[in-house]
Amino acid sequence: MTEPTYPNLQSPVCPLPLPAGAQILIGHGSGGGMTRDLIVNVFQKYLGNAILNAGNDSALLADELTRHAGSQMVVSTDGHVVSPLIFPGGDIGRLAVCGTVNDVAMLGAQPRYLTANFILEEGFSITELEQILASMADACREAEVEIIAADTKVTEKGKSDNLFISTTGIGWAPAGRSISGQNARPGDAVLVSGPLGNHGIAVMQARGNLGFQSEVRSDTAPLNHLVRELCDAVPDVHALRDPTRGGLATTLVEIARQSGVSILLDESEIPIDVPVRSACELLGLDPLYLANEGKVVVFVPEENAETALAAMRENKYGAQARRIGQVTGRSDGRLLLRTALGTTRVLDMLAGEMLPRIC
Amino acid sequence: MSMNTATGFRSAELTHQLAKKIQESTTQPWHIMEICGGQTHAILQYGLDQLLPPEITLIHGPGCPVCVTSLEAIEYALQISRQPDVIFTSFGDMLRVPGARASLFNTRAEGADIRVVYSPLDAVKLARNTPDKQVVFFAIGFETTAPSIAASILHAEQNKVSNFSILPANVLVPPAMHAILRNPDNRVQAFLAAGHVCAVMGYWEYEPIAASYRVPIVVTGFEPADLLQGILMAVRQLEAGRCEVENAYPRAVAREGNPTAQRLINQVFEPVDRQWRGIGLIPLSGLGLRQRYQVFNALNRFPLAQEATEEPGLCIAGQVLRGVALPSQCPAFGRECTPASPLGAPMVSSEGACAAYYRYKRVIA
Repeated sequence: MTEPTYPNLQSPVCPLPLPAGAQILIGHGSGGGMTRDLIVNVFQKYLGNAILNAGNDSALLADELTRHAGSQMVVSTDGHVVSPLIFPGGDIGRLAVCGTVNDVAMLGAQPRYLTANFILEEGFSITELEQILASMADACREAEVEIIAADTKVTEKGKSDNLFISTTGIGWAPAGRSISGQNARPGDAVLVSGPLGNHGIAVMQARGNLGFQSEVRSDTAPLNHLVRELCDAVPDVHALRDPTRGGLATTLVEIARQSGVSILLDESEIPIDVPVRSACELLGLDPLYLANEGKVVVFVPEENAETALAAMRENKYGAQARRIGQVTGRSDGRLLLRTALGTTRVLDMLAGEMLPRIC
Repeated sequence: MSMNTATGFRSAELTHQLAKKIQESTTQPWHIMEICGGQTHAILQYGLDQLLPPEITLIHGPGCPVCVTSLEAIEYALQISRQPDVIFTSFGDMLRVPGARASLFNTRAEGADIRVVYSPLDAVKLARNTPDKQVVFFAIGFETTAPSIAASILHAEQNKVSNFSILPANVLVPPAMHAILRNPDNRVQAFLAAGHVCAVMGYWEYEPIAASYRVPIVVTGFEPADLLQGILMAVRQLEAGRCEVENAYPRAVAREGNPTAQRLINQVFEPVDRQWRGIGLIPLSGLGLRQRYQVFNALNRFPLAQEATEEPGLCIAGQVLRGVALPSQCPAFGRECTPASPLGAPMVSSEGACAAYYRYKRVIA
């Protein structure tokens, strides 16, 4: 047998860059870095203004016309696309109400009214539509909001996917309240209202492609009552945000950048349910990047942290609230994680679509 | 997988005990390569490199399956996925890997039917459910994915699923170790062998490598304590001048491996020469379909053009994959090249060394 020839490893071989940004990829909808680039480089180029560019989940309208009995109007809008439409712990209807209710609540406002747009695909089952509308009605009752305007469009079969729902929410925040992703400050404690990643795993499982069963249910829930109780207990809340697409890590990187601060998380304090952690281990996913639809991250001055946690734990959606980290100083926006082993690593935004590992 | 195992092998106490033993055992500089990308990822995820004495340098090996899948194979994948009536299936990681001009994600955005599957058997099932389509599975990965791919071929044969085929691109670890060790600028003095590869193949294959190159090889798992145990055993061998194959992962790996899985691989596949991205052609380093199963080779089913596949550019992926350079030494790292717009494959996969550096170790200059 002749000796095989092995390659000379001296000669470099380098992959070629791809032309970026020519078309929309699925990762542009992931809520991570690609989404942010699309918003900043494409949408804000044409539609940008001071309020939109603030980059919060909702807009605080502080002008005279929108003032109402000593309060400020807050508006937010959100499109909802989920497959399948109904999943353990929720459905697109509950999601469409809670998503917008929560976005309004993240500026410390109480949502009052919603509008809703329904884009229906030819052939979609009216029975299923009714089931989803009943769930929307339940969620509205729970959040104490009303849908005051709605619109319906139907596309030809194949031109959309069953049902898309867009909702807009209007609410009011007490005058002078200034809760914003730009207001995190060195010394703040970082709190989270409960365990992370359940929505992401529940939806993946409902798609039927996990190859195993788990009992994980989506956490889809309206958080406006929790936020009100929190703000009543601790008037000096600095920032609130719901870690939806892109998960906790992406949300905290956004806030760190908006506020110009460094955040240090303590891995062993971050609550993650065992079935979610196990599913992540099997799939090679990081729970810090999984979507949540009923959780809020809270920045409060350290001295108010215990009061804030106590107030959150009084609400059923905050029963497992935890302190997970702190704002350590000023920077261009860094998120660090102290691991359970005492080592430290950088956390970044989710880049594009989250992909399971191969082996 | 039980949480007790996870907690045990991740416990801070055990990890720090092992780190202390490594410090006590190390008297001089050593370069140790972890072959597997999953181990690179775990080392950086847990910050284990921060627990090692400065004398020990970890070199990140070529064991990221999507990173080393050849540009040629990706170009074939893109061509096949653009054919009419084809459903192209792949493990998810592969979709973002750049080819010469496009990735599978770009091609999907242009209208190709490209789907992520979690197992090749799911692709066979898809083929049975869509008899009017050709379902092609992108057979990538190391010895770990090969048994299930072989099983999917046998399953398709038994059930006469004639619209299923694979694009063969599997690669093997031992030939890559030969290539690394014969490289004139090789710095690797010991290997951590990938525990999951050895769970399939055993570690008898590594014994001639350890003996002929006089290099210690330690079969190593993926939890923090597993990795540090593997490093400790490698350091002790290096310090004592030994060059043996040792098993630091006995709870999952036996010397003979999994004979059933090996039989499956041998029944369906045979070793063939294969191109590795960033490395070049390594003799007998791939798994090709045996003659009897060539009917399941997608390359024989579709009219494909051989396209020039050159990769000039900024990125030093080739040097990273060979363990010659660290990701952070690349001029494009974290600037032109990020996980959202990768220049090179190692920035794409969660197992790629560049992505692991970007995610866990990036120092903002």
